[in-house]
Amino acid sequence: MNPREFDVIIIGGGITGAGTQRDCALRGLRTLLIDRSDIATGATGRNHGLLHSGARYAVNDPESAEECIRENKILRRIASHCIDRTDGLFITLPEDDLDYQKNFVEACNRAGIAASIIDPQEAKRLEPSVNPDLIGAVRVPDCSVDPFRLCAANMLDAKLHGAQVRLHTEVVGLVKEGDRIKGVRTRSRMGGAEQTFYASVVVNAAGIWGQEIVRMAGAQIGMFPAKGALLIFSHRVNNMVINRCRKPSNADILVPGDTVCIIGTTSSRIPLEECENVAVTPDEVNLLITEGSKLAPSLSSTRILRAYAGVRPLVSADDDPSGRNITRGIVCLDHEERDGIKGFITITGGKLTSYRLMAEMATDLVCRKLGVKKNCQTAIRPLPGSGEGSYEDVAKKIWETPSTAQKAAVARMGSRAFRMRSSDRFDEALICKCEEVSVGEINAAIERMDASTLTDLRRRTRIGMGPCQGEFCACRAAGLLAKSHGCIDRERDDLAAFLQERWKGNFPIGWGDTLREAEYTQWVYKHVLGL
Amino acid sequence: MKFDTVIIGGGLAGLVAGISLQKEGRNTAIISTGQNALHFFSGSFESIGKPSDRLVTLFAEAGIPLHYKEGVRLMPLGTFRPSALALEDIDIFPEPRFAGKVLVVNFMGYHDFFAPFLAEGLEKQGIECRVRLLNLPELEALQLSQSGMRSSQMARILDPIWEKVVQEVRLILRDEDCVVLPQVFGMYDPSVPGLIREELPVRVAFAGTLPPSVPGMRTQQLLGRRFEKLGGRLLKGDNVLNARIDGNRVLSVGTKNLDRHQIQARNFILASGGYFSKGLKSNPFGIYEPVLGLDVEFDSDRNAWYDASFAADQPYMSYGVRTDAQLHAIRQGVTLENFYAIGSVLGATHPELGFGGGLAIRSAFTAVDSILQSASEL
Repeated sequence: MNPREFDVIIIGGGITGAGTQRDCALRGLRTLLIDRSDIATGATGRNHGLLHSGARYAVNDPESAEECIRENKILRRIASHCIDRTDGLFITLPEDDLDYQKNFVEACNRAGIAASIIDPQEAKRLEPSVNPDLIGAVRVPDCSVDPFRLCAANMLDAKLHGAQVRLHTEVVGLVKEGDRIKGVRTRSRMGGAEQTFYASVVVNAAGIWGQEIVRMAGAQIGMFPAKGALLIFSHRVNNMVINRCRKPSNADILVPGDTVCIIGTTSSRIPLEECENVAVTPDEVNLLITEGSKLAPSLSSTRILRAYAGVRPLVSADDDPSGRNITRGIVCLDHEERDGIKGFITITGGKLTSYRLMAEMATDLVCRKLGVKKNCQTAIRPLPGSGEGSYEDVAKKIWETPSTAQKAAVARMGSRAFRMRSSDRFDEALICKCEEVSVGEINAAIERMDASTLTDLRRRTRIGMGPCQGEFCACRAAGLLAKSHGCIDRERDDLAAFLQERWKGNFPIGWGDTLREAEYTQWVYKHVLGL
Repeated sequence: MKFDTVIIGGGLAGLVAGISLQKEGRNTAIISTGQNALHFFSGSFESIGKPSDRLVTLFAEAGIPLHYKEGVRLMPLGTFRPSALALEDIDIFPEPRFAGKVLVVNFMGYHDFFAPFLAEGLEKQGIECRVRLLNLPELEALQLSQSGMRSSQMARILDPIWEKVVQEVRLILRDEDCVVLPQVFGMYDPSVPGLIREELPVRVAFAGTLPPSVPGMRTQQLLGRRFEKLGGRLLKGDNVLNARIDGNRVLSVGTKNLDRHQIQARNFILASGGYFSKGLKSNPFGIYEPVLGLDVEFDSDRNAWYDASFAADQPYMSYGVRTDAQLHAIRQGVTLENFYAIGSVLGATHPELGFGGGLAIRSAFTAVDSILQSASEL
């Protein structure tokens, strides 16, 4: 069999692409996934990390709400190690209309979301960080989810079922014969090698960049890039997701995630050209702090770790003449029906919470095209690492008396952390003290999870995500990466790129402790280490 | 408590000022939080050219030999930087190609020293290089302690067994004419780097590690000891919280540990450092000096504080306390006649005084001279 021929090529290593690859692989298809950068670099990794209960959409978009709660329940089962079952509060503040609450709860219940009104006193007991002035609270089954981990777990399972992944590989063109797409031409962004791969179906899951892929195929799709800015705070101020009980607005969701919490988001249309390099403005930072402090007042005095922005790939309804949007939000285009281009589909829109459903829809369409009759299993089969009890239980199964670092590793990798158990005692040394990441975990990410740069490692292991923002762990991990790929020059450049990436998220909030760390990092790298 | 001069900050600038004043018989106190930029001192005084005798003598008397030679030094990531004045155990080479063959030695499990980067940097200069790891049983406890293998912990264990390290290096040494070791020696016994040099048959170079910097911590200890030996009072682990000011004179300062007692002095020197040492603080609206609320120069538009490129010079690093030419600090437009600002609180990069160690020492001498001068005029 030709190693460059596949049943399906998936363009895009976000959660939609990774989920689609897993679904295809579980249905026995030979797949290749290509991304020009790393996993979860677009909208997947640039949001709140909120696994919606659907409550936010209940009043205005009941269809999305029903979709969210169904997927929420599925993901709790199949991706337990990526999800923190925090529950959420929708709070009413004195300036909000308390009458909205009744509508809201009714709408939630109609959509199948267990929403219950609780006493404000009870809300304060459940979530001590909440604004004490609240006059109403509703409890809903919101969760927090680690999108990097979820994406990596999907890809890992696909690989365990024979799939191939090529990261840091750019699609430079499509192979088109007559009215059929037969493959993709690629160029490696690490070394520049050009290669062509062939497949019966090409799935465009490139998010906002999918517009360009559609253009390569010879068709048009109109996207509305919507920028959302968010702030990460240096500790986990809240344990439950906190939302405002009113019409969805700016900066009204605060989500706890691992050791931090995230406030967002703003929303503004931006031109497509700006999607490559979205910057957070001072006005956005101010708005996020002001609105965020209304949810949890202590945010105004909590250190901000990082500012970042994502771009949601919203598709313009006007430009979609097919009218086959199965639900609002998710857009699954069969370009054969729409544009007369065979062997090519686009899956876009949607939400992190509904990625599995999007993948199922795309894979169903792929299977119809290939004449494959296999049912989707992703709603019932757990992802690797999931479904074996709490992280503490799992850690105890692997190590008799697990250290906090080993527990942290299990929290990140689920039961797959057993592969880290090693006879090499040096593997337990910590590379990242903030997030307790060991040598063994870094090596596992390099060897088994396609990490080839420091930023790749960050997405898979959380190194550099803590309060020091990668000051030292970057350097230590660079040593391990250099050892694996054997090119010091490349690693020195990688280190510089990693620090630049961190700085990009730091300077919009560059004051207080952030500025202090930044100065320290500047001195250490320039004058002590000589980068 | 009453002193001739009280110095706020026990980093390089504060210690140099304290020793200089105490040598002149001035009853001096240094109030030190314990956290300062010596924690990440490279060992090289980058912005000083040929040093004065005054500087060399001050360090020599503290047991810190310096050497001056124009050349380059080997940086931990395998690059080279110009260097002229440095601690004696920081090597300055006339050119990057300083040896024919080099053996780079690291210790098993130690990730804060970048032997492969060093080796690659040397190979680029045409120097043949070999990297070897030593596994000493004495380090086992550190290796197992997960977070223990940091330079300061390494030095604690290695200083007493330096002879064993020399033996082990001798065993793996082949035909190399230079050995590069991490700077994890000489924190508890300052003579160790020199002893290692003497006992190995080839040239020995020490290259930097991630902080804490062992040469920096050693420098802090030795300067502190010298200051105390001269009769100075080193108030460690304390923090100045407030000051009493009358017109253009500061009368006294209050500290955390001394509760409500004020420390009086004729002169004060603020050597509280930059952002890292918390001598300068910032919020979304400005940069400020937290002890006295001295005037600080900065751009009122926050966007102008930064360059989006990490590698570029950062404008915020040049912001600092406003002073006159003798380094009298300025507060609410008033020049304080007995209150000086020195070191990085003036801004980490200063147009006239340089940066880092150079800035610290030069500004310390300027303020000390002004204090001695003004006293003689009385």
